[in-house]
Amino acid sequence: MARSIGRRLLPLLFLAPMLLMIALAWVSPLVLTVYLGFTDLSIKNFLAFVKDFFTDKVSITLDNFRRIFYAEDPYVGETLRVTVLYVVSVLSINAIYALALSIAIAYFTKNELLSMILRVTWLLPRITPGIIYALMWIWFIDPKYGLLNEMLRLMGVPDSWLPDSWLLRKPYSQMLMIMINGYVGASFGMIVYTAAIKSIPPDLVNAALVDGASEFQVARRIIIPLLKWPILFVTAWQTLSLLSSYEYILMVWGAGSGQGYGIARSAGVMVWSLYSYTKAFAEHLYGYASALSLILVAIGLALIILYFKIFGFRRLMEPSRVEV
Amino acid sequence: MVRVTLDNVSKFFGKVKAVVDLNLEIRDGEFVALLGPSGCGKTTTLLMVAGIYKPTRGRILFDDEDVTDLPPKDRNIGMVFQSYALYPHMTVYDNIAFPLKLKKVPRQEIDRKVKEVAKLLQIDELLDRKPAQLSGGQRQRVALGRALVKEPDVLLLDEPLSNLDAKLRILMRAEIKRLQKELGITTIYVTHDQVEAMSMADKIAVMNKGRLQQYADPQTLYNKPANLFVAGFIGSPPMNLVEGNIVEENGTYYFVSSSFKYRLPSGVGELIASETSSVILGVRPEDIKIVLGDGDDNVISGTVYVVEPLGRDLLVNVKVGETLFKILAPADLKLEPGQSILLAPNEKRIHLFDRKTGRAVI
Repeated sequence: MARSIGRRLLPLLFLAPMLLMIALAWVSPLVLTVYLGFTDLSIKNFLAFVKDFFTDKVSITLDNFRRIFYAEDPYVGETLRVTVLYVVSVLSINAIYALALSIAIAYFTKNELLSMILRVTWLLPRITPGIIYALMWIWFIDPKYGLLNEMLRLMGVPDSWLPDSWLLRKPYSQMLMIMINGYVGASFGMIVYTAAIKSIPPDLVNAALVDGASEFQVARRIIIPLLKWPILFVTAWQTLSLLSSYEYILMVWGAGSGQGYGIARSAGVMVWSLYSYTKAFAEHLYGYASALSLILVAIGLALIILYFKIFGFRRLMEPSRVEV
Repeated sequence: MVRVTLDNVSKFFGKVKAVVDLNLEIRDGEFVALLGPSGCGKTTTLLMVAGIYKPTRGRILFDDEDVTDLPPKDRNIGMVFQSYALYPHMTVYDNIAFPLKLKKVPRQEIDRKVKEVAKLLQIDELLDRKPAQLSGGQRQRVALGRALVKEPDVLLLDEPLSNLDAKLRILMRAEIKRLQKELGITTIYVTHDQVEAMSMADKIAVMNKGRLQQYADPQTLYNKPANLFVAGFIGSPPMNLVEGNIVEENGTYYFVSSSFKYRLPSGVGELIASETSSVILGVRPEDIKIVLGDGDDNVISGTVYVVEPLGRDLLVNVKVGETLFKILAPADLKLEPGQSILLAPNEKRIHLFDRKTGRAVI
């Protein structure tokens, strides 16, 4: 009897540190976000509010959501547009362009060594510390000292064509946002895709070649259809992570100064999650920022439920499965 | 249909020599088996004929056309893989139609040909299914259908029966043989199973360690193995092989091993002694007669070690000194372990191999 209890408790003991971390870093912020989203907490009433935390004295209100949904906040619409542009564009790089790259690297590149070098090249941005990666981009595009303008001049692009700032002028700023995030994000898809491509039995490819397919037809008619699940998986996963990611935008465009918005808004790269971040940590409107985040959480949860419906739990846990 | 010629073909993977200086001619419409243990280079050879691998050296000819540098799609070959390699995302119909679609054959003709082949292979009921919903035998037929539908010049079969159960394998063996004769397609069949090769092929190329050991029809291979490897590989139970020396006593030649002495037929002894004295004697299990009581003078005495009834015959294990002989005897023979018996090998059917080179001397 004692033994069977021990057997049941032992795994919990091992799991406890992780569960504690999840509770502290994930569950409690979620609960707080939900709670704060329905309050008017800001820097002005902060001290009074903290005393009354979770008591009747805090007034629960829907004001924040009214501001968002009834366009009382003039920036919500633009933020939404930028977010859609961001998610859709970066996603197509991460899911579709990464697929083309993976096929090029893992199938068309027959030299194993070259294929490995190419794969590592695409992993570099991911294994570089984020802040270094961001700084490298800032230096690269600097109008005065940056390598980009110098390279374009060498190629014969006249000075008058170059924007005074890649960071600020639309659409260059938005293209930059997509490239910076796409280059990092593509590696995730590539890891999943190349593993999946390598797990396709060589016989299948050989059979197609013998049946009369060209290398290109093998890619189109055999490899891509077999990668159906990995493609759906990467798409689903990346949509979720893109919705909530803003760190590279924050590092390159900043959230400080300019009324707390950094230059992100004037550059047209203010995505929803960054907007929520600036509301909280630049404008100190904690309640409103929580409400903004909550909408993101709701969208994320809806997507997760949708994915579970599409994939089933087991499939979602087996990213590189190839149907053979 | 074409004649396939391999002219001094070699294939190296880095330092590994998969196939070395292979010369082979497969005549138009012939059924040739590539036989050998795993890793002997037979599948590599097949993939070179298919065009998947390019030979490191040498040429491959279809009739008189040099196809060495042609990609697979320009060779008009049909191939069945050991794993069947059916496209899992396509139905049976689409699997079979795939080679025709790639050739841009008109849709109606594709439909007609697919249904024709499906009928021939008795899979016309399965056309809407996906490969995952088929049994091993059905998949095998679909793979065969996909290879045949394009009316290939050469049919390549890579251990097509090895994933089937024993009963189905015997059934398909006959069926593939009949189909091949009916269609008259030049066929190369890779297998490690000597029974398959013997029962199906017109000619067998026995390979070992990347080198061709013997290329002959099944009967020749069985009765006149060119070397020790072929002798030991072909035949089940395998040939009895005993190391020994040729010794001359008063004009008569004897084979002498550590455990027995056997008189060689006149003429044979001189012939061998002129080449070498250190040999290996080979006798097939069915070429030794068990003699109870007194026999003629040229017999080997031994004791029964164990008896394995096989139904039609007995497989008798006989100890002669340290040497164990396997002998096929009539099923009604009554033998007990420990019993002393005499062995009389059939003089006309003994084999002698040079111990150094392994080559057959007679």
